[in-house]
Amino acid sequence: MERYILPDIPNLHKIDAYEQHGGYSALKKALGMNPAEVTDEVKKSNLRGRGGACFPTGLKWTFMPKDNAKPKYLCVNGDESEPGTFKDRQIFEFNPHQLIEGTLIGCYAMGITSAYIYIRGEYGKWIKMLQKAVDDAYAKGYIGQNILGSNFSTNIYLHKGAGAYICGEESSLMESLEGNRGYPRVKPPFPAQRGVWNCPTTINNVETMTNVPLIINNGWEWYSKIGVAKHPGPILVGISGHVNKPGVYEVATGELLTDLIYNYAGGVPGNKKIKAVIPGGSSTMILRGEQIEGVRMDADSLKAAGSSVGTAGMIVMDEDTDLIRVISRISKFYYHESCGQCTPCREGTGWLWKILKRFEAGEGRIQDIDLLVDIANNIEGNTICALGDAAAWPVQSMVKRFRDEFEKRAKKDAVAAA
Amino acid sequence: MLTEENLKKAEELKKRYPETKAALLPILWIAQEQEGYISEDMMKYLGTMLNLPFAHILGVVSFYTMYHDKPLGRYHLEVCTNVSCMLRGSDKILQTIEHVCGVKPGQTSADGKWTVNEVECMGACGGAPMIAIGEEYYENLTPEKTEELLKKLSQR
Repeated sequence: MERYILPDIPNLHKIDAYEQHGGYSALKKALGMNPAEVTDEVKKSNLRGRGGACFPTGLKWTFMPKDNAKPKYLCVNGDESEPGTFKDRQIFEFNPHQLIEGTLIGCYAMGITSAYIYIRGEYGKWIKMLQKAVDDAYAKGYIGQNILGSNFSTNIYLHKGAGAYICGEESSLMESLEGNRGYPRVKPPFPAQRGVWNCPTTINNVETMTNVPLIINNGWEWYSKIGVAKHPGPILVGISGHVNKPGVYEVATGELLTDLIYNYAGGVPGNKKIKAVIPGGSSTMILRGEQIEGVRMDADSLKAAGSSVGTAGMIVMDEDTDLIRVISRISKFYYHESCGQCTPCREGTGWLWKILKRFEAGEGRIQDIDLLVDIANNIEGNTICALGDAAAWPVQSMVKRFRDEFEKRAKKDAVAAA
Repeated sequence: MLTEENLKKAEELKKRYPETKAALLPILWIAQEQEGYISEDMMKYLGTMLNLPFAHILGVVSFYTMYHDKPLGRYHLEVCTNVSCMLRGSDKILQTIEHVCGVKPGQTSADGKWTVNEVECMGACGGAPMIAIGEEYYENLTPEKTEELLKKLSQR
């Protein structure tokens, strides 16, 4: 497939090269359209958010009030911190102007005059790369006052995070942007009603915004025919773990997971069998190796298989992997990253990790297997934000699909006693 | 106290946001780059400057793992041990670092050269196992490559 998000064009990160290859033509085209037409185009394209929830982007944009006197804001979410996810970093490095162009088009469509691109603090080097691109775009009149001679003016600012996974959650991101601890907010009110600084706000993922110029340039019909109809477009898939060629691969949605692993990522070292796959970042439900046959990288296919697309960050594990260690490490992560606001998550994530450490050490009791599920079930759905769910799903799915692994590791006398 | 140059930067940063408080995170970054860490005195100073209670600033500094309230070693080694790195041998990278630097995660070596920390996913899973030193990422590491890297840094 031709690549649209990370095309193979040398020096595309430089503004001259980007312009030579049609860069900023979508912005010009959008400025000649009515803002509502732009939103409509994105809506009809069926573009769905690439940050994990797969929410329809155009629909999200229509939630922004039109008759509100308050300023409106766009936050572009580049906090990418979900373990197994490393795609947005490629956009900052190799195609930053397409992200900027998409952001500008979004601002125009929603009548926004300030956009903040929130990027995780660890990406200091990539923030500098994107800042250079933003500065160059200002110098050429693509950002700032009266863009390209139109009446439309907007600013784009980069905002550096400081090491908190939770700030990738949209309401936590807004809190962080306001200069607070990243505590998620209760919804409703939703960001479009009351977002950052109590003003209407839209939050979109970096990769999502990078898709927008493609839709404006080529039309919604063209875009909606890439990949699968209900979740179309190019998608960046990060593949890590036990593969010969780990990395980020751009494919059309609907690519077979087996193709991604064996053709794109070069298969499993030593031709070992696949024991398990986490398809979309550490919070998505783990699949058994034999379960991925025929499953595709799109929202419906992965849902039917009992998992989700998430951020399309796949982690592949070969037959020799110690899955108890894997789930213990994942649980440690969620325990570390829980903001502490909601009791079920603050306490529950710690309990999960403690029990899993016990299994790792061969000290787990047979009844602890159900205890894990019980705790996870009491976190899921009982917290302000989705971090609680994200901590519960991997544990629930690991027990469901690999109960045998837990039984094998449980304390032997405990097994006998039970 | 921020230097005159950094004060100017801070003033510029404030203009980016409708409310001054929003400039806190970027100004904390400036303070940390200047001093290497954020001391209690700095927090109080910034509180006066931004008209924010000390408790708010302490709350923010302690919430985000990348702000440090104590000085670090000359090289801050952040070793990712999350799943993708773990599957590709981050244990051995951490062991090598502990061995060469003579410290455990969370510690700074007596000579002030190394601070070692175990960190969560850094977004470099395709280059696992990896470590970060400051803003620089070192990917696709082996124990040998790690030892070589540490030796090079040691001689600087």
